[in-house]
Amino acid sequence: MSATSVRELDLDLDAFEGPFDLLLTLLLKEELEPREIDVASIVLSFVELMAARDELDLEACGEFLVLVSALLELKARALFPDEAAELGELEPEEAAGELARRLAEYRRMKEAAAWLVQTLAAEGDRWFRLGPAPFAPQPERRLAPQDPQALAGALRALAVPPPTVSLSHMALRFPPVSQFLERFRSLLTRRRRFDFDAEVGALSRVEQSVALLALLELRKSGEIALSQAKPFAPIRVSRSDDERILEWTARSA
Amino acid sequence: MDSPLRLIAANPVDRLARTVEALLVIASAPLSVDELAEAADDDPERVEMALGLLRERYSEGRSGIVLEGVAGGFAFRASREAADACARLFERPVERGLSQAALETLAIVAYLGPCSRPDVARIRGVAADSAVASLVERGLISEAGRESVPGGAVRYRTTPLFERVFGLESLAALPRLDDLVEDAGELRDRLLEVAEARAS
Repeated sequence: MSATSVRELDLDLDAFEGPFDLLLTLLLKEELEPREIDVASIVLSFVELMAARDELDLEACGEFLVLVSALLELKARALFPDEAAELGELEPEEAAGELARRLAEYRRMKEAAAWLVQTLAAEGDRWFRLGPAPFAPQPERRLAPQDPQALAGALRALAVPPPTVSLSHMALRFPPVSQFLERFRSLLTRRRRFDFDAEVGALSRVEQSVALLALLELRKSGEIALSQAKPFAPIRVSRSDDERILEWTARSA
Repeated sequence: MDSPLRLIAANPVDRLARTVEALLVIASAPLSVDELAEAADDDPERVEMALGLLRERYSEGRSGIVLEGVAGGFAFRASREAADACARLFERPVERGLSQAALETLAIVAYLGPCSRPDVARIRGVAADSAVASLVERGLISEAGRESVPGGAVRYRTTPLFERVFGLESLAALPRLDDLVEDAGELRDRLLEVAEARAS
């Protein structure tokens, strides 16, 4: 790819479609607004082209850098207000006044700089010590008069160990499963069956959970039989031998 | 020996003058009357009287050390007649090699400060970054906050060292700008002529 072909790089941008060379010409003729040109897309097009050719053409890269730099400069200049254009909008007399004001301001500062030069020359034979400032003393913090007894009292109060903070409200209390095992066994000696939900309804959620564990434990050991009409319906608990008798009776019938 | 040597003068102001003299010797920057009075634990008016005594004692032609009022305070310096000897022994890094750009920037900051780099660039017509950096490095100007707009530029002002280097008692001792230049009317008329010629 030669430098000439860089200028002929085909671009397909939102604001322009055609060779790079034509884009620059239109920008220089101010027929295209620099701020509308996406420079990143141009760089991508060039990089894609170079990648497709799979060779490093330093001459083409150099030419491209020069052209893109010029484009960037044009775009950057367009982003800042043009002082000349500002003056151009003024009437000749106003523009002359504004320019004169700016020049006079600079002239005054130039004269002030000249005065500094003269002063410096005149003060050239003034020698003095230069150095960092010494450290300022740290002011001593003055305390108000204190009663030793009051201070001792305050220290004594601080020395008392603080009361132990109770965390009881944070703890989860799990009653033992055995408690519910005994309770359900006792219940089944008195009644042939009971409703689990009704039996534990007055307990806390934690206690209900432990009660359910006890229930499962009894079921596992074959001491009870469980039945439920449908999901989430009350759980009916009965002695396992009763269930077997009922089953046997049903089969006999 | 019947009568011991009297090292401390009987006059209280003279005694205070010795204390002020000692304070000025150890100071590396000018000390104001208030600072001297606080350090000497004495009255500012009496300190001024003591300074009067010292200025008389340490003046050009009478001593190798001269007391001068500079940068809002008082400081000792070498007498002018000893300048050549001082120059053979020491250098003056602060003011050595100040460029025209740096001097113009320094003038702008001294007269218009606190002001920012864009302010300086607007007046001079060119970027002031390098000149400002050089002046900050020399200790002649320092940062003085930012412009009061979001993300405002850093503003600069001159330091007490600037006043000391240029022998100014304070910034008020700078000459009035109007005294330095003639009226801008002539310049304006010439520009107007050019503008009218182009318009026609």
